[in-house]
Amino acid sequence: MTTTRVGIAAAFPPDTLVALETLLQAMADDELIVGYWDSEWTGIAPILEEDVAMSSLAQDEIGHARALLGLLGELRAEDPDALAYDREVEALRHCRLVDHPRTDWAFTIARRYLYDEADAIRLEALAESTFRPLAELVAKIRREEVYHRMHASAWLRRLADDAGEGRSRLEAAWLALLPDAATVFTPLTDEARLVAAGVMAASNDVLEARWRQAIGGTCRELGLTVPGPAADPASGRSSHGDGVRWLWGQATMVRRLDPEAAW
Amino acid sequence: MTTQAASAPALEAQVWSALADIPDPELPLVSVVDLGLIGRVKVSSERIHVELLPTFVGCHALEVIQGAIADRLAGLAATVDVEPVFDPPWTSDRITVEGRRRLTLMGVAPPSAGGASLISLDAPVACPHCGSARTRLDNAFGPTQCRTMRYCLACRNPFEAFKPI
Repeated sequence: MTTTRVGIAAAFPPDTLVALETLLQAMADDELIVGYWDSEWTGIAPILEEDVAMSSLAQDEIGHARALLGLLGELRAEDPDALAYDREVEALRHCRLVDHPRTDWAFTIARRYLYDEADAIRLEALAESTFRPLAELVAKIRREEVYHRMHASAWLRRLADDAGEGRSRLEAAWLALLPDAATVFTPLTDEARLVAAGVMAASNDVLEARWRQAIGGTCRELGLTVPGPAADPASGRSSHGDGVRWLWGQATMVRRLDPEAAW
Repeated sequence: MTTQAASAPALEAQVWSALADIPDPELPLVSVVDLGLIGRVKVSSERIHVELLPTFVGCHALEVIQGAIADRLAGLAATVDVEPVFDPPWTSDRITVEGRRRLTLMGVAPPSAGGASLISLDAPVACPHCGSARTRLDNAFGPTQCRTMRYCLACRNPFEAFKPI
């Protein structure tokens, strides 16, 4: 199977292959970082049910990252754990939307809603990917994401409909996230080649417009601003804050102590 | 060639029967076969290749199951490979009738049949303890990725239910 996957990818021209690696890296890092932020709620979520939910979500997302890095690792003949953890924070390629710390519960929910809806649009565009191993993985991931989206939407509504602190915290979170909300769709180097090769069904520009349309109705209904374009698209996947620097220190702590440690 | 062709089906039957002995590590009354985790099985005298379909992409029991299968089949061929694959994707519709019966015995409500094609948490779920359909969803997430938490309004017991997925 390893040779098959590499074989399928080898059918692409070299530039397309590099673009495919860029895509896998970006998606994997989004899932890895959002998953680690989710895991920070374990034990301290507002209610016990949400301790369980956030732990489960974190496990799903980090699992997706592992599988995506597994594909990347096969293409590059590298160990997925090394691809994930043997990096300085500057080498991470997650988007600014997931770079923000988990902050309070309303912030986590607002970010999760914006990200899950964006991720769903991105996954839809990969469902028929000509890179078959990715299409197969995406089919499985999309089934899991149904539950993530139900969770985020239900909580978004609950906070938005609250007359007091829930609503005001949600509004503050929304305001803070707006400039970075669209960074999930930061154009990737040479992504036109991926579209031409049928790896992605559409470019990030097109996906961003679809996402805005998909969430527009809910945003307007709940009285939340529909996010515009990213404030600083040039650094959408390359500028990381102190929050993630701290998180990355936590995530790689054991690995740095003992790279050979077995789990 | 003729001998091999004759013995391959016998070996394949032996492999399936061995697999039927392997319990799921988190649902020990249910075998990996009854959970629908086994995809294609290819056998020859040199090599047994088993495709394993993960219930969830990040299932942390996957490596344990891979190891258990490899251990159980060791000796039946020179090489035993257990490969996780996503084609076809595992869905909760793959759980067999016997698997569903055994889940109920464990106190875990089986997923609504055919529910995986239209993932929803609204379908009625019978309580595995008293059989009542008067149950409510408490949490769409549970102690493992593949379970939800519910409550029976009839016998007033909390219980876990397998996620339709």
